[in-house]
Amino acid sequence: MFEIRIHSRGGQGGVTAARLLAMAALHDGKYATACPFYGAERRGAPIVSFVRIDDRPIKIYSRIRQPDMVVVLDTSVMDTVDVLHGLKKGGRIIINSAGKREFPGFECRNVDLTGIALRKNLVVAGSPILNTPVIGALAKMGIITADSAKKAIREMFSDERNVNAADAAYKEMSA
Amino acid sequence: MKKIATGNKAVAEAVKQATPGVVAAYPITPQTEIVEQIAEFVSGGLMPTRYIAVESEHSAMAACIGASITGVRTFTATSSHGLLYMHEMTNWAAGARLPIVMANVNRSLGPGWNIWAEHTDALQERDTGWLQIYVSTVQETYDAILMAFRIAEHNDVLLPVMVNLDGFLLSHIMQPVDTVELGDFIPAIYLPHAIDPKHPAGYGPLTGPDQHFKFRWEIERSMRDSVKVIEQTEKEFAERFGRKYGFTEDYRCDDADVIVIALGTLGKEAEVAVDILRNEGVKAGSMRIRWLRPFPKLELKGKDVVVIDRDYSFGFGGIVANEIKAKTGISLYSVIAGIGGQEVTYDDIAGFVRTRRMGEEFWFGVNTHV
Amino acid sequence: MLKCTSACAGCSDSLALRYVLKAAGPDTVMVVPACCTSVIQGIYPNTAFNVPVYNIAFGAAAACASGMSNAFRAAGKKTNVIVYAGDGGTLDIGIQAMSGAFERGTDFLYICYDNEAYGNTGMQRSGGTPMGAKTTTTPTGKTDAKKDIDAIIAAHDPPYMATACAAYPQDIFKKVQKALTFRGPTFLHILAPCPPGWRYPTEKSVEIGKLAVKTGMWVLYEREYGKVTIGPQSKAAMKKPLPLEEYLSPQGRFKGIDPKIVEILKQRIAKNYQRLAAEEEASA
Repeated sequence: MFEIRIHSRGGQGGVTAARLLAMAALHDGKYATACPFYGAERRGAPIVSFVRIDDRPIKIYSRIRQPDMVVVLDTSVMDTVDVLHGLKKGGRIIINSAGKREFPGFECRNVDLTGIALRKNLVVAGSPILNTPVIGALAKMGIITADSAKKAIREMFSDERNVNAADAAYKEMSA
Repeated sequence: MKKIATGNKAVAEAVKQATPGVVAAYPITPQTEIVEQIAEFVSGGLMPTRYIAVESEHSAMAACIGASITGVRTFTATSSHGLLYMHEMTNWAAGARLPIVMANVNRSLGPGWNIWAEHTDALQERDTGWLQIYVSTVQETYDAILMAFRIAEHNDVLLPVMVNLDGFLLSHIMQPVDTVELGDFIPAIYLPHAIDPKHPAGYGPLTGPDQHFKFRWEIERSMRDSVKVIEQTEKEFAERFGRKYGFTEDYRCDDADVIVIALGTLGKEAEVAVDILRNEGVKAGSMRIRWLRPFPKLELKGKDVVVIDRDYSFGFGGIVANEIKAKTGISLYSVIAGIGGQEVTYDDIAGFVRTRRMGEEFWFGVNTHV
Repeated sequence: MLKCTSACAGCSDSLALRYVLKAAGPDTVMVVPACCTSVIQGIYPNTAFNVPVYNIAFGAAAACASGMSNAFRAAGKKTNVIVYAGDGGTLDIGIQAMSGAFERGTDFLYICYDNEAYGNTGMQRSGGTPMGAKTTTTPTGKTDAKKDIDAIIAAHDPPYMATACAAYPQDIFKKVQKALTFRGPTFLHILAPCPPGWRYPTEKSVEIGKLAVKTGMWVLYEREYGKVTIGPQSKAAMKKPLPLEEYLSPQGRFKGIDPKIVEILKQRIAKNYQRLAAEEEASA
């Protein structure tokens, strides 16, 4: 089983990213569950979503305690949340960042999802859309196939800019 | 068709396919997504249904009652305080022999305000005459709603059915769900006592001490008859759509020395604990109770039984544990865990089994054996 | 309505009911919450009504009727759905469900027959009990005023609402017939004098009801799309009302009433007359 924890703020699309990831995994012929951890709904508050992908049906409902991967859609949550908490040794990290952050002992990739969203004019109510570009980054990491990623995005969004943004993230993500 | 859906969306999808004539509902977290989705289906012309946006849950059930007695299929959804607020009407619905189907998203009761999973809400309804099922996956949620209409409306039953799914844990989780071509799986509704101005009658009038108990016995008789209807319905569902269900879901129970019993998602997560324990050489099994009313026949003699209650009856004990004790006469280990969404993992469940003390009660997180 | 109801002797509610049902005709379903009419209709397995009666819990009549009306309309049926509820089930415990059903534009007629207390449980005070009236829970007389349910209903702006009194059955008949011609929620508020509750002889129900109108304690009027029309009986009474004491003194519930409260009641009558006359003029 592969376990991913996504950190974001309410309204940034972390929950949708989890859903897209699960949908893409389903297209890859795998089993997947995605579950946001909900509190009372508050825009802007730090939230986490969990995605599990496996070859067998998934029976676990409790939170992911030792993820194989952590995705950080908003680095500002790192001020108050330990995003590395429980991350497995050598575990992987995707960070939405234009810079190059490093975390010793982990495999960290930086990708400027916000920049991509702004370039592709993927902005809703003043906020850049991060949930579709990040799917491209996850495909690059081999969590899902690129084809399934596109299929999932197209199922949920009719606007092709979303697919373009995912493509851009796929190409631009640091090695 | 396979897709990813939340438990709430799966409920709405199944209700859409069952095409009730009237849905009357009031929003409450974490159920709201169900009624939002149904309202969207109705306003988009995808459901030939009257959606009544009532001003309270009491009125939601009252409106379902008023609609149902005309002979149309009815549905509502609620949770927690909403369910308790309609308690008077849930009794009425069963007493009036109306096959209303309701999704209840299990949530704790205040104070303090807590929106997370707990079963005390539905368990406080267990004496109302409603059939109750507790589900554990998005797929099972979808399937259970479809079967609920058929079971409730079967003329040997004519009692309302409550489908229970855990708040957030199941209502908001996204899992694969395989939707079906329903065909004639749910026959057209026929309510033999439907109200008809051509045949005037009094419904639910004053009923004296020489008569009332007869109506109550009729409810009980139908509850007993529902066992066969549930079996038939689940059998035909399996034949048509390939998914098998039963009163309980038994996992590695055949040769088990110790059996874990829980409702809902905890019962599913317990299967992971069972695998861990088996690897340690412990002959464990999981028996997830699905139908709580009518209460299933349980074969537990000679086994150690660990019951996890995500609920409590103050001054008495875990409700499910004590129902099992009353019905089977066995001694068991009663664990109270998951109250108000308290995190309970498969490791925790394996721990309950390893450190079990038969005949005792244990509050997880409080660490007190009673 | 058939013979042999289980009403009290002299019950004006059963008189009103006879005319309501006559006016409504056979394609009608009555929805009745806990109230005197739960008893009057008969005891299982008998019923004195020649239309189906759906009994429902105390606070739930309007909501139940709203489900029923929606289901009938969805099935293309024009069946009249009539809530027949007492003052307790309307002004008190049922007000939320009623307000919701009116706000949602439910196609039904809501009739409140008002005997100004919880009658079938032995006369406890309700929101409909007038100031000064003794009930079992106001043994020295009620100190609060009667709740103005008509103003509350009017605030929901239904197409048609009216008041009536059991002492004027022809008026009830006409108003029920008229109400049932409208689509959407309509309301009829019937004053229903109650011999055991109001403590007067059983043969005096009609007389007491007429005195209520002639003294101005009860005003007959209609409100159609906001237009107020005061009935001829009340018009006459407004010109030359009988002294209020003529209505109060035959009723045991007002025995020993404080003269100060009588004064307050008189002031309220005058104010109510003024308000309705002004509304009638303004909406003419």
